[in-house]
Amino acid sequence: MTTFDQARWSDDDGDGYEPLLSEKDATEVDTDGSPLPDDLTRDAVELPELSEPEIARHYTRLSEMNYGVDSGPYPLGSCTMKYNPKFTEDVAALPDAAVHPDRSEGSVQGSLELLYDLQDYLARIGGMDAVTLQPPAGAAGEFTGILVAKAYHEANGEGDRNEVIVPESAHGTNFASAALGGYDVVELPGGDDGRVDLEALEAALSEDTAALMLTNPNTLGLFERDIEEIADMVHDVGGLLYYDGANLNALLGRARPGDMGFDIMHYNVHKTFATPHGGGGPGAGPVGVVSDLEPFLPTPRVREGEDGYELFEPAETIGKVHGFQGNWLVLVKAYAYIARLGDAGLRDASAKAVLNANYLGERIDYDVPYGPYHHEFVASAGDQDAADVAKRMLDYGVHPPTTKWPEIVPEALMTEPTEIENRETLDQLAAAFDAVADEDDDALASAPERTAARRIDQTSAARDLRLSWQSLEE
Amino acid sequence: MTGHDTAAGSPFAPHTPEETAAMLDAVGVDDEADLFDIPDAVRFDGEFGIEQRSERAVRRELRGTLGDNDDLTEFLGRGHYDHYVPSPVDHLSLRSEFLTSYTQYQPEITQGFLQVLFEYQSMLVELTGLGIANCSMYDAATALGEAATLADRVRATSGHRVLVPELLREERRDVLENYVAGTDLVVEDVPDDDGNLDVDALADLADDETVMVYAENPSVRGTIEERLAEIGDLADDHDALFVLGTDLVALGLLQRPADVGADVVVGDASLGLPTSYGMGMGLFATREEYVRQVPGRLVGASDDESGRRAYTLTLQTREQHIRRERATSNICTNQAWVALRTAIHVASLGPSGLVDLAETCVTEARDLASAVDDVDGVQAPVHDRHHFREFVAHTDQPAPAVADDLEAEGFAVHALGDHELQFCVTDANAGSTDELVAALGEVAR
Repeated sequence: MTTFDQARWSDDDGDGYEPLLSEKDATEVDTDGSPLPDDLTRDAVELPELSEPEIARHYTRLSEMNYGVDSGPYPLGSCTMKYNPKFTEDVAALPDAAVHPDRSEGSVQGSLELLYDLQDYLARIGGMDAVTLQPPAGAAGEFTGILVAKAYHEANGEGDRNEVIVPESAHGTNFASAALGGYDVVELPGGDDGRVDLEALEAALSEDTAALMLTNPNTLGLFERDIEEIADMVHDVGGLLYYDGANLNALLGRARPGDMGFDIMHYNVHKTFATPHGGGGPGAGPVGVVSDLEPFLPTPRVREGEDGYELFEPAETIGKVHGFQGNWLVLVKAYAYIARLGDAGLRDASAKAVLNANYLGERIDYDVPYGPYHHEFVASAGDQDAADVAKRMLDYGVHPPTTKWPEIVPEALMTEPTEIENRETLDQLAAAFDAVADEDDDALASAPERTAARRIDQTSAARDLRLSWQSLEE
Repeated sequence: MTGHDTAAGSPFAPHTPEETAAMLDAVGVDDEADLFDIPDAVRFDGEFGIEQRSERAVRRELRGTLGDNDDLTEFLGRGHYDHYVPSPVDHLSLRSEFLTSYTQYQPEITQGFLQVLFEYQSMLVELTGLGIANCSMYDAATALGEAATLADRVRATSGHRVLVPELLREERRDVLENYVAGTDLVVEDVPDDDGNLDVDALADLADDETVMVYAENPSVRGTIEERLAEIGDLADDHDALFVLGTDLVALGLLQRPADVGADVVVGDASLGLPTSYGMGMGLFATREEYVRQVPGRLVGASDDESGRRAYTLTLQTREQHIRRERATSNICTNQAWVALRTAIHVASLGPSGLVDLAETCVTEARDLASAVDDVDGVQAPVHDRHHFREFVAHTDQPAPAVADDLEAEGFAVHALGDHELQFCVTDANAGSTDELVAALGEVAR
């Protein structure tokens, strides 16, 4: 098995790890010489004043105390952590990509062409009629979709529809985005097979239903085989079907949300199209819709006009969900990735993602109660505490799966190896799972031992809030 | 490992044909297609028609496509600012341990990023004077929307009015309207007084139904607000939240938000990224008493089992993945990597560099306004105020035509109305002001 020890930098007296910038230096600079009257200015600024070499070492040490996809396996279910090609960073850094959002359309024809082509690619991949690139993240895409659904219903004189149905196993953002849009959330219990229970859906649907939000495959990695019937049932009561694109990696070139009857979808380009997650962002969450909903989309919507590419505002646009054009640099990376893979690569990415999940699921000792699954599976840690299992897996040099979610699987270990791991690495992952499965509670409770920090007390962090270096001095 | 097959698949899937075959065998299926549990009726057997290209071809293509953007010297601002990004920002932020990591749900193995975010929060606390800051939002407009929903929660049963400057950038107001669409909040305008918020009009407008008063410093027209403390007092008198929009560079010099009574600070980072067609990062800081109402992620200090100080995400019970529809916000993926870049940028400047940069934004704007004012057919600044980074000028000729002519000369500026142009000058374009003024002299008379 691979051995692993994460770098660990410590301060001189052993009280902490790499010292804070503020502990290396804190310098107060006053604003006495400023060109403004005193009453319009602050008195002073106190921040660290360090040389470039000191800064370089500080952030390099911190990077060494961090784990990314390039460090090793990262099978974090639902989050799709896969390898990010390096050249996409280079193209996003092209000087010509750095333009101000208020530039005239005529002077940014290149940027508009890229947006136009990306709109087109995403529409084809999703089977959708129109795409907006504005939402800056997946949850922002959900919120956009909810606002579009609301505007559509209002335009049809059905603005009193006040409910959005969400399966209990759905991503938490679905619930939050629907609530932010002003909807009552109706939770849909899952069926015994882990899929949508049609009887429960029938009971939840009514003339109050604005939309059903669904991801397919769902969070258990299971394909909703009854999707055509689900779509009919939702449409029969006048509701819209919303596709959460978090799991699109499993379907590229195999099935399309538009063909399944979905009316609205968002794309997590940072999951499906390999834009790096950057410690939690930025991502981007473009939204695709069928033609009936196109008039409500926010801009950027780009079309070809007489004088080249132009931005346009759909007739009944909901307005904006981001101050400018969205997370443009992320969109550049997504375009580059899609272009690099093309039809064959996209289709193969899904094939290998699903193959890897099935291979790993077969290999581990833990029980996987639901199947057949696609790109991810949810194992149960059984009598062990899934959080402890995760901590112990860190010691084996792998990032653990998502734990304790979805709750329908006891002590859930939600695992998504993605297409980027070879068999050897999957075997290493399986060995880590199995080694931990054989360990007793004491061994698990003392983990991790080989990471930069030992087990961290998260309870006291919440009880005794210290959210800045200033609060440490109090 | 024996290499991989790139002929007809994903170049980033490492499987050799032999490996694929062995794995299919282990899983017990004959073909990859058999792994997909998809009913025939919804299977997709078509083509997208997206051609696979080599890395080199994609690079060349994008260099060509983006090369179609005109090479203009931008004097554009109005909420999106260009400042020189020091080299360490790229070199350090692109370290792949940072770039390819996810949200720090396993803190023991992600101490590096957690500490970066803790330090970023701390920088915001110093600059705003408020007790807590989250570790990034999408942008200034969405942060403003989040501030309004926070005000709605804080004042859950008593009021619905949100007062914003009439001069607020239209797109920001639009985003705000969308964020409050699910509440009973109503957004109303406060008139402007020569570029600043009209505080006397605000005094007449504000009442006990008011839950939030929003002001920006500097304003979208670059003016520096002169009566912020009075705005803070007015909001306080009606038990409304005073939300102040600003940016990191302005915070280096202008009045400290805590000193003028701000309850929430929102805005755009303006450091760490080049102009990027509007991509940025949202700031969000507030007073400690609202900590459980804050949207987004918070990093806190704790201890690990060896007794050393360590960092972890905290108060996650506010967040959507736990509280779902009762969460403070739906924000999940945010702009963490931009926060890292911003922190490195601030650290590279240091306090003296930050104050210098902010002072440059005042003096360059003043000097450019003066030079522009000397041009025949142009008067600047329109507003008799101090300015930060940008100002509005009156043109005798129609402003859109002047802007078009300037573009033909290689300069991008804002045309605001029939006879108003807006110019933004920072450390990034200060070296080109003479050329701009010369070109303006040619086209504006």
